[in-house]
Amino acid sequence: MLAKRIIPCLDVKDGRTVKGINFEGLRDVGDAIALGSQYAREGADELVYLDISATREGRSTFTHLVTHIAEEIDIPFTVGGGISTLDDAARLLDAGADKVSINSAAIRNPNLIDEIASKYGSQFVVIAIDAKLIEGHWLATTHGGSRPTDKELFAWAHEAQERGAGELLFTSMNHDGTRQGYPCDTFARLAEHLHIPIIASGGAGSIDDIADVLTHGRADAALAASIFHYGEIPIPVLKQALNEKGIAVRR
Amino acid sequence: MIAIVNYDTGNIRSVTNALARVGCTDWVYTDDKRLLTTADKVILPGVGEASTAMAKLAERGLDTLIPTLTQPVLGICVGTQLMCQSSEEGNAECMGIFRTKVRKFQPEKQQDGQLSIVNCTLSIEKVPHMGWNQITNLRTPLFNHIDDGAYIYYVHSYYPELCDDTIATSHYINAFSGALGRDNFFGTQFHPEKSGSVGAQILKNFLEL
Repeated sequence: MLAKRIIPCLDVKDGRTVKGINFEGLRDVGDAIALGSQYAREGADELVYLDISATREGRSTFTHLVTHIAEEIDIPFTVGGGISTLDDAARLLDAGADKVSINSAAIRNPNLIDEIASKYGSQFVVIAIDAKLIEGHWLATTHGGSRPTDKELFAWAHEAQERGAGELLFTSMNHDGTRQGYPCDTFARLAEHLHIPIIASGGAGSIDDIADVLTHGRADAALAASIFHYGEIPIPVLKQALNEKGIAVRR
Repeated sequence: MIAIVNYDTGNIRSVTNALARVGCTDWVYTDDKRLLTTADKVILPGVGEASTAMAKLAERGLDTLIPTLTQPVLGICVGTQLMCQSSEEGNAECMGIFRTKVRKFQPEKQQDGQLSIVNCTLSIEKVPHMGWNQITNLRTPLFNHIDDGAYIYYVHSYYPELCDDTIATSHYINAFSGALGRDNFFGTQFHPEKSGSVGAQILKNFLEL
């Protein structure tokens, strides 16, 4: 049976892992790889590396890092952050990324999805949407949730799918960082609405939260950062617990 | 030396990185018939659309060469599909090494009352089949030291049907050939190069054939 996927997310700035990394000695460029390798050994099904560099130099360091990630990591990995042109995507594909995740650039220029998908295939394109519930409407946002756009979540997710996105990574900015769980009803509605796999992100605080979004929320995968980085929920423990709840996971 | 067939189907970095991880750096990426014939092993990677990929093999005269090779040959994903008799993708006539056909997954219609309940989860089987799934009924030394039910990584919309050459079975919407083997020819529909330690062991097994 196709397993539900567990995906740790690593934020990288100027080639270094940052934010939420609480492991001793993990401060260098190489450590983004060491941490990813450790997650892979522990049973992570995929990895996401997000480049949060703000400079051109940072971006170029990240591309170099992706080359080394591809050499070391033996499971699929997605890269995101700052991808705004077909060339950006091509550069990361050449470096060895399995998928690219695009977010605000797709809001500015939805055609970017078509361009990347038609050149490299839908399996290479993840559409990331950071949405916020505002007066009863889920609106896609940019700038870490601070700027709502006029794109309504369900319509935008559907449009991205039709343009060729192969997966949806949805983060509720109302839940991100709260550790109160995911908005499972919204995930379930997305699943009804779309035929591409959905990755749930933002809000996990416990094993039960993850189990809920994979069952009631009908998500195909759960992505989290801090619960893994701080060692609160080791991946083997999470997978064992999900398995005991009857959820198919790779072990 | 390992020869990786160059027929212009894109990035082979994930394959060569995986070979390096199991200690193999002696490889060449080539469409040279002499090199392909004399290499110790041959890998036929594949990305893209089957009929286009088949045309690219034919342009180089490799569609007739590959079936005559006598050393161990490993197809991966679309590479494996090209080693079957035909593919529904672009109605491609393929090399016919494995005695089976490649079909498209028929996605389950998402309508009320048609949801199947699997493991407490309302489950729609989406196409492409993407993610980690299991292989069972393992045969041949390609799967030495691999447990029945091991998880490997798939990304595909077309699958080889079950046949006498099936050496690993997976199930998604229907049962299909996760891997095929006939004489010196092997092919995996999954991606051993992205399948963690299980995939590494399978590549190692191939290198040791």
